[in-house]
Amino acid sequence: MEPRTSVIDKRLDAIDRIIAVASGKGGVGKSLVASALALSLAKKGYKVGLLDLDLYGPSSHIILGATKLFPKEENGLIPPIVHGIKFMSIVFFTEEKPSPFRGIDITNIILELLAITQWGRLDYLIIDMPPGIGDETLDVMRFIKKSEFLVVTIPSKVAMGAVHKLLVLLKELKRPVLGVLENMVMNDSSSIKKEVQALKLPYLGKVKFDDNLEAAIGDPNLLSTTTFMKELEGIIKKMRL
Amino acid sequence: MHEWALAESVLSAAIDAAKAQHLKTITDIMVEVGELQQIEKEIFLFALTQLSKSYSPLLKTVKFHFKTQRSTLKCTVCGNEWTYQDMKRGLDEKEAEAIHFIPEVVFVHARCPQCKSPDFEITKGRGVTLRTIKGTR
Repeated sequence: MEPRTSVIDKRLDAIDRIIAVASGKGGVGKSLVASALALSLAKKGYKVGLLDLDLYGPSSHIILGATKLFPKEENGLIPPIVHGIKFMSIVFFTEEKPSPFRGIDITNIILELLAITQWGRLDYLIIDMPPGIGDETLDVMRFIKKSEFLVVTIPSKVAMGAVHKLLVLLKELKRPVLGVLENMVMNDSSSIKKEVQALKLPYLGKVKFDDNLEAAIGDPNLLSTTTFMKELEGIIKKMRL
Repeated sequence: MHEWALAESVLSAAIDAAKAQHLKTITDIMVEVGELQQIEKEIFLFALTQLSKSYSPLLKTVKFHFKTQRSTLKCTVCGNEWTYQDMKRGLDEKEAEAIHFIPEVVFVHARCPQCKSPDFEITKGRGVTLRTIKGTR
């Protein structure tokens, strides 16, 4: 019998809301949205955690400039605090080396992280999800029953093709979808909005492509001054978190 | 110690199983721990004993039994098989510690000793398994 599943609910019990930032497609800015959302909520005085579950390509630590950190071992692992956020990532254990995991290994890693991480009391746990509807997405739905989904897309038919599938799956499995955020917008078009509304899901709005964003990666103070962050704040308000 | 977090998961699972079987007390719990997990047996048993005192009345007289499962790793490319003990010599302290917390990062820090592929499987010796519980109805 696998004992770790029995303790996950207890580990997450003192967390009010768990928001999985997800997308059907990679490269749409999930990690930036997840990190920026966590930073914004922490700045407002909430107790916030950020769990990077992109096990092949974790990047939240790069965005937060969180290097040379390791969780504290005390009745499990206590996440280090970065800019007011309790932060946990596979990168603490992989040292930026390539991570060639197969499906069953992904599930075991997620189980282990959820069973041994001691988050304590949190208002929000933000999960930076990997792209797609594979193991990680299914495992989050299976093991984190109270997870809500914030879905990120870009104004591209190719990206939306994959995002559409994720949205349909979330609807089919009756998982709460906070809404769809349209990121990296360069032209004025309403095609994504129409597609999301046709699925009867909340369309949260657009965040324009920000030329200055790359320079703010690794510097949360600079990130908080970007147009990206200002526009994201507007969307967070709409989400009424 | 993360042994405490894993010990708590064992007790939680044992209580769930006992309730499902309508047990009034749990007398014995057999836990099997994979070699890759590199659990400190004494710390783990101490954690189980200490936690059981306040965890549930069902555990009042419980005895714990511990078994280590030796590891086997098998390369999916060349079919070579080896053990964690064979491989341990090539790992530095930080890599071994990472595997202690998350056994699957063995794929990150080690390679098949024969063909150097990272594409191998843990066929035996990972994780913690609640093997059996005994009790009274």
